[in-house]
Amino acid sequence: MGIVDTRKLVFEYIRRDEEGNVEGINRAVDEVDICVEKGEFIAVLGHNGSGKSTLAKHLNAILMPTEGTVWVGGMDTAEEENLWNIRQTAGMVFQNPDNQIIANVVEEDVGFGPENIGVPTEEIWQRVEESLKAVGMYEYRAHSPNRLSGGQKQRVAIAGIMAMKPECIVLDEPTAMLDPNGRKEVIRTIRQLNQQENVTIILITHYMEEVIHADRVIVMDGGRVVMQGTPREVFSQVELLKKYRLDVPQVTLLAYELKKKGLPIRDGILSIPEFVEEIAKL
Amino acid sequence: MIRDITIGQYYPVDSVIHRLDPRVKLMGTLIYIISLFLFKSFTGYLVALVFLGAVIKLSRVPLGYILRGLKAVIVLLFFTIGFNIFLTPGQVIWQAWVFKITREGLRSGAFMGIRLIFLIVGSSLMTFTTTPNHLTDGLERLLGPFKRLHMPVHEVSMMMSIALRFIPILLEETDKIMKAQSARGADFESGGLIKKAKSLVPLLVPLFVSAFRRANDLAMAMEARCYRGGEGRTKMKPLKYGRRDYIAYGMIALYLGALFLITRYLWK
Ligand SMILES: Nc1ncnc2c1ncn2[C@@H]1O[C@H](COP(=O)(O)OP(=O)(O)OP(=O)(O)O)[C@@H](O)[C@H]1O
Ligand SMILES: [Mg+2]
Repeated sequence: MGIVDTRKLVFEYIRRDEEGNVEGINRAVDEVDICVEKGEFIAVLGHNGSGKSTLAKHLNAILMPTEGTVWVGGMDTAEEENLWNIRQTAGMVFQNPDNQIIANVVEEDVGFGPENIGVPTEEIWQRVEESLKAVGMYEYRAHSPNRLSGGQKQRVAIAGIMAMKPECIVLDEPTAMLDPNGRKEVIRTIRQLNQQENVTIILITHYMEEVIHADRVIVMDGGRVVMQGTPREVFSQVELLKKYRLDVPQVTLLAYELKKKGLPIRDGILSIPEFVEEIAKL
Repeated sequence: MIRDITIGQYYPVDSVIHRLDPRVKLMGTLIYIISLFLFKSFTGYLVALVFLGAVIKLSRVPLGYILRGLKAVIVLLFFTIGFNIFLTPGQVIWQAWVFKITREGLRSGAFMGIRLIFLIVGSSLMTFTTTPNHLTDGLERLLGPFKRLHMPVHEVSMMMSIALRFIPILLEETDKIMKAQSARGADFESGGLIKKAKSLVPLLVPLFVSAFRRANDLAMAMEARCYRGGEGRTKMKPLKYGRRDYIAYGMIALYLGALFLITRYLWK
């Protein structure tokens, strides 16, 4: 069993009218089976409304499955007594950096999680220092979050999760509200945590460039998992990706079009250097 | 406009007063305010002035900055003094039509004015020298005993610190919405009171919508970080009294003692 496991996970948003009668059912997640091993870097892709956020909220026990089961670190999220252990095992970073920073000073915000789980004062300071250093925000520890850039705020939010020593971090479009520089900063930080601290990463994103470093890519559409594999495997199926309304990275698309025109280029080119190398071989 | 209010804002310099435990400052301010109402002689005010002056000097907050805070309440000040001067019965020393000034009125007007000024300067000095975080922490600890009466002490202080975090964010957002609406021809400046109030509707509606969404997001983020109320929580920065704080309490006691002795026995 991996760190995160879902079996036939179904979640339905139920709309009710004023009297409480069911007006409509929206199946946001539909029979999803995923298994994430410890230390993996997983990217989840999907068009708007494909159910990514709904899936993510199950991994932190914010939502409970309508049907099926979710295990986090071997614990069933439907069982009440596991709740706080699960939230400590799988941390969650949200899209809007402003709406997840609680304190008025950076270091106090990072200390918020450890305070909640009752870590002794001395150790809180130690954890805060370690986590801020891990995301490269240590020199900003005494700053007000309001004065930071979007990317910096998001790194503080990540440090806030790291301070709880999770085994897995779920990030729901952490870069959606950032400028290109902020995006790079955050993605670099996430990769570092994955490689150096061996934290399992589940990254939900709209940006294809961000998934090429993942160990595995999961593509969702209409609440279902429709593709799964290494970035190379997934990106070699350009037609299919287009069908799921995803933008393929530009180099990949260019290589694909050239190949379609008859040039002998291999499938699933992910980066410009790789493309250049391939072209040079011709 | 909203940003111009200086009363009650933190003034960031490093001083002995700034470094005091917030509980000392809260208690000290409370005691000081009560003390202002305990006597009725000019010598008493002299003692209160000396104490306040000493604290101001130690706090290293410029006097001009402190007095600027008084501007906000100047109307209140005039009204109180005016009422006291004109409405206190006693020995008349000046009269015109229905207005008359009495000796007693002048005396109590002056007392009331001095009291109010001391009260406002004293309490704003506390907020000038204490960060909002410290203030809420101090309040939470001081009100701690009321938790046993099922008063939501922790929750209220958490609410206060979250409000403090989001006030600048919402102000910025107000600014942004205002500019966006102005660009579409909205007019927030001209017209009478009713027209002005009406023009606020397109400002307040999106602001409220966004505030509720933020609240929702924040609640989710807090839960995801294992927040479950004050129960079983530890503190990253627990409040601890140091030598400095005991000395400060001593000073406050000294002030009270001096006040008592001087107004009771020396110069009545
Ligand atoms: N609170 C809610 N109440 C009712 N329906 C909801 C709610 N949240 C999401 N949905 C619906 O569930 C479906 C999946 O939404 P979800 O937010 O999980 O998608 P997503 O993949 O995260 O999309 P996005 O890329 O826009 O973030 C959508 O059809 C959406 O309309
Ligand atoms: Mg989403």
